[in-house]
Amino acid sequence: MTHSGTVSRAGRIASVPEKISITLRVNDKAVKLQVAPWTTLLDALRDHLDLTGTKKGCDHGQCGACTVLVDGRRINSCLTLAVMKEGAEIITIEGLARDGVLHPLQQAFIDQDAFQCGYCTSGQICSGVGLIAEGKARTPNEIRELMSGNICRCGAYPNIVAAILQAMERS
Amino acid sequence: MIPFQYTRANDVADAIKQIATDPSAKFIAGGTNLIDLIKYDVEAPSRLIDISHLPLRSVEPTSAGGVLIGAMVPNTDLAYHPLIEGRYPLLARAILSGASQQLRNMASTGGNLLQRTRCFYYYDTATPCNKREPGSGCSAIDGVNRINAILGTSEACIATHPSDMCVALAALEATVHVTGPAGARTIAFADFHRLPGNTPQRDTNLEPDEIITAIELPPKGFSENYSYLKIRDRLSYAFALVSVAAALELDGDTIKEARLALGGVAHKPWRSTAAEAALLGQRTDATAFAKAADWLLHGAKGYGHNDFKIGLARRAIIRTLGQAARGKPQSISDKKIR
Amino acid sequence: MASYIGSATSRVDGRAKVTGEAKYAGEFNVPGLVHGYVVESTIPKGRIARIDTSAALEVAGVIDVLTHRNRPQMPDKDDAYKDEVAPEKGSPYRPLYDDRILFTGQPVALVLAEDWEAARVAASMVKVEYQKEPHVTDLHAERSRAFAIDAPEKPRGDAEKAFASAAVRHAAEYFIPTEHHNPMELFASTAIWEDGRLTVYDKTQGVQNVQKYLCSVFKMKPDEVRVMSPYMGGGFGAGLRPQYQVVLAVLGARALKRPVRVMLTRAQMYALGYRPASIERLALGASSGGTLESMQHETIAVTSQFEEFARNDTGWGNLLYKSPNAKFEHKLVKLDLPTSCDMRAPGAATGVYALECAMDELAIALDADPVQLRLQCYSERHQGEDIPYTSKQLRECYQQGAAEFGWDKRNPQPRSMREGSELVGWGMASGVWEALQMPTTVRIVLTANGHAEVATAASDIGTGTYTIMAQVAADMLGLPIDNISVKLGDSTLPQCPLEGGSWIASSVCNAIANTARGVRGDLLKLAIGMKDSPLAGAGVDDVALIDGKIVSRRDATRAVSIASAMQSGNADRITREEVNKVADDKSHARNVHSAIFAEVKVDEQLGVIRVTRVVNAVAAGRILNPKTAHSQVMGGVVWGIGMALHEETLFDHRFGRVMNANIAEYHMPVNADVHDIKVIFVDEPDEIVNPLGIKGLGEIGIVGVAAAIANAVYHATGKRVRDLPITLDKVIQFN
Repeated sequence: MTHSGTVSRAGRIASVPEKISITLRVNDKAVKLQVAPWTTLLDALRDHLDLTGTKKGCDHGQCGACTVLVDGRRINSCLTLAVMKEGAEIITIEGLARDGVLHPLQQAFIDQDAFQCGYCTSGQICSGVGLIAEGKARTPNEIRELMSGNICRCGAYPNIVAAILQAMERS
Repeated sequence: MIPFQYTRANDVADAIKQIATDPSAKFIAGGTNLIDLIKYDVEAPSRLIDISHLPLRSVEPTSAGGVLIGAMVPNTDLAYHPLIEGRYPLLARAILSGASQQLRNMASTGGNLLQRTRCFYYYDTATPCNKREPGSGCSAIDGVNRINAILGTSEACIATHPSDMCVALAALEATVHVTGPAGARTIAFADFHRLPGNTPQRDTNLEPDEIITAIELPPKGFSENYSYLKIRDRLSYAFALVSVAAALELDGDTIKEARLALGGVAHKPWRSTAAEAALLGQRTDATAFAKAADWLLHGAKGYGHNDFKIGLARRAIIRTLGQAARGKPQSISDKKIR
Repeated sequence: MASYIGSATSRVDGRAKVTGEAKYAGEFNVPGLVHGYVVESTIPKGRIARIDTSAALEVAGVIDVLTHRNRPQMPDKDDAYKDEVAPEKGSPYRPLYDDRILFTGQPVALVLAEDWEAARVAASMVKVEYQKEPHVTDLHAERSRAFAIDAPEKPRGDAEKAFASAAVRHAAEYFIPTEHHNPMELFASTAIWEDGRLTVYDKTQGVQNVQKYLCSVFKMKPDEVRVMSPYMGGGFGAGLRPQYQVVLAVLGARALKRPVRVMLTRAQMYALGYRPASIERLALGASSGGTLESMQHETIAVTSQFEEFARNDTGWGNLLYKSPNAKFEHKLVKLDLPTSCDMRAPGAATGVYALECAMDELAIALDADPVQLRLQCYSERHQGEDIPYTSKQLRECYQQGAAEFGWDKRNPQPRSMREGSELVGWGMASGVWEALQMPTTVRIVLTANGHAEVATAASDIGTGTYTIMAQVAADMLGLPIDNISVKLGDSTLPQCPLEGGSWIASSVCNAIANTARGVRGDLLKLAIGMKDSPLAGAGVDDVALIDGKIVSRRDATRAVSIASAMQSGNADRITREEVNKVADDKSHARNVHSAIFAEVKVDEQLGVIRVTRVVNAVAAGRILNPKTAHSQVMGGVVWGIGMALHEETLFDHRFGRVMNANIAEYHMPVNADVHDIKVIFVDEPDEIVNPLGIKGLGEIGIVGVAAAIANAVYHATGKRVRDLPITLDKVIQFN
């Protein structure tokens, strides 16, 4: 029996669209780059700008490792097209420390041992910075709920909550 | 993933004009579901028309006493908007029960209505699925269907609509404002989403060349007696097995008006006038709630893995109505069920 | 100077991880990098009838598409593909080797393009036609085809007869579904080809295993291949064997003579290894007084059609409980799936789950307290080998865990404890794992400025290896920890075992101590050579290195500073590289133990389960770093919560496909699922297990946790759920 496993509707696409020239503001710097229409903000950061601190854990908005701040709000960069963020203010994990001094939440993550392998950490920290700015979480339960979009397979959750509480107290 | 073009729409008219010239194009706003599906090769639009910059971002009171929500209002902004928190807390809680804060920050109000199902087979291009490829068959009916529908199903499809927000909008009897080449029109929320029937590829009655511009809430917000209860396989960041939106208007302990909608059980937020009518004039007790639950679940049918949803939904309805009656809506962050 | 060993030291790699500077395997953006994208098989078994890559090749930016037909040459013998941890029996999978399809998700083509976006687009334009063959993927359906493999533990007495005549009996089957590791980092390799030499950044728990494997598969000399993995975004066993993307990256790099990166998608990672689904049958017979008369444990687990992977599921009872009669059996079922593999506490997570649920059920049958029953059955010796333990403070674990948890307030009656609408359940279980040590080589370079570099080809997969290596080296060399730099994750470094089995801490730290002793000897020689040396006549073990000085252990006033000793000897550096051999000593059992106490709250009507409290009391020898050790055990508990309540890889056996090959529908615990976790380290000095008394913590944290939760769910609800995960529909009969 022959089973046709064609993965795509190949042949329908005559040519691949041209790349688009865009300017992004990343960590207070304007950067120009050429991207495909389907280049995600995540891929633009990691592959085009070599800002690999933002992580790819699922590429589908299911893990939160790619969390960055866009205009001050935490979002999943894997489900965001780079072309749609022209002119937006993007802050990644690389942009949190100032003059070599860690952001209070970065320091709190070290103090509270809020990570192990480190792969979800950038997303957790950006998400935590976003959470503190939102001002909607005060209790541990509220932090747990509003940090549930960031999966940590190493299981550092209680320490992540402790780190956020530490940073909230100090800011 | 299939390549696509990208263009921006300057205003609503431009958006409609653009999509009219390219029927295989799609609008993109938050992108939280569409980009996901494009990456899985489930959606393959020729072009994405970016509508995220359209000036549809306000939440305003209407002259009729309701609230008009722009289609581009991010889910988070809507949930935390004072008008919504204060007057329509059912909607606020339903929104905050879904997805994650990151996704809610991205997702638009209009886009939330247009989410596609999470049925495993819809997402897996190597398996037959009538919604993805009409006529190919439904793999879920005899397959892994824990998350699938128990109400309003057809032989062609047992997918569910995954939104939490829409369950509240259904209960609140919102109206969807759309604009197309023929001008603007409104669609009652109950008529917006469709049952699968023989055309499961069509989720809604929005025409392909139309755009959602706003959602209108009627004056009545049920802000005293309401609750949204979502039951899922982990305590956050998961789709509903069953969710219940309940809203009551009480006179003492007598029900003057009732709204009840289910999520996670059908191709659209599930309501029944009979169930709501059954509550009218009744005391807020378990007997009345159970009767309403039976009406609402009338004709429910399981497909194996999801059989439990029928009984689960029944108990969840009774529980949620109780929370609403007591004025103790389910907390989002405290996972103990009230 | 205070000792670093035993102190709650923050991770030395912490700053790199919180700033995003730490680079993982798929993050080396070298010039000219080619991006690979895998096209995977959509069927579980058959042959590739036709592959059409023409449309893919037309996509702008695409350089080539490799398939089994045009790939560079590969060896045709199984031996070439056997890595260090490959199962003894079988033929390892060969990526892109021929037209045979052995499992769904198997790579059938590799698109190579100038950028990731082009590669991804082209990958969906590769057309593949298959000749399908009938497949089997269902363990339950194929159970009758199970075949026995050599049981790890020998039988004793007549277990069947003793069971039949036992006063109190419990026999049941438990089931653990297929689970996937799902480390947060996607599997990725970056292969850099330069002048016939290959440098590979790989997501692996063993750089030297991958290095040897690549030399073998690609017929290269050891000095031509270097494998590096400075950071790894979680492994949990998934990175023990070389995964197929590293072969594909090297194939691409060889074909193009350019650097190639291959990063898998999350969905593709469901075609790597997994924790095999297993059916565990337990039969326990006890006297009416509550001592075990018979213990039988049979496992039926999944492996692939082409390799026989099995771990010890059944022997753990011999470590925990006395029973004069015992019998163990391990069977395998071959399915059309990838080969199963190690996943955190392989064998124990599953086997001890079943054993400890069975013990709970036996306690109920005996009307005995679960802790009391375990104490009555407590084994002071390894029952199978009849040897003592190097140490076993499990009694203390039960005691301290119970005290911390408040176990004495437990009403033993199921459904007797409630808080409003929730039933409250308290359950407990034991945990056990091995305390192994492997031969390891460590190099120390001490420079005259008081800095030292300590190096071995270990991996730090998030376990804290960087940190404990720095702590131990600082103590052994008498230097501040900031003066220690740690090198690991590079195959050119001194030999080190794979990062797995909980043996890295003991192996590496004892090896550091061993090499440091050599450094100390060298320093002492220099110090003794000084004029009027206060250390004249001292031997290497008569002195210690403390605060930058070589100090007599007997008289601390007799000391020479390291700097002056090196200066006088004209030594600007001391380099030592020594193998730390491990004696094959079978006189003792080497194990780590734990007692887990869990509280669940279950909504009586809706069956929603919340794990509100877990106490895990662990006896694991010397704790090097309470901070990172706590995290490791806590993480194990989170894994246990997932195993108990959430995790299950769902198959549609008609298609032979995983239906939830993503992390939205393969549920792992999220922050909201995790509450109060208390970790206790019971004091357990152990001078026998190894010189530093280290036992390792990587696995023990998860062992027994799912059982404690399952037992708590029973206590709360009166409903015994034996097949995991315990979802609400298994707790409550809704219809």
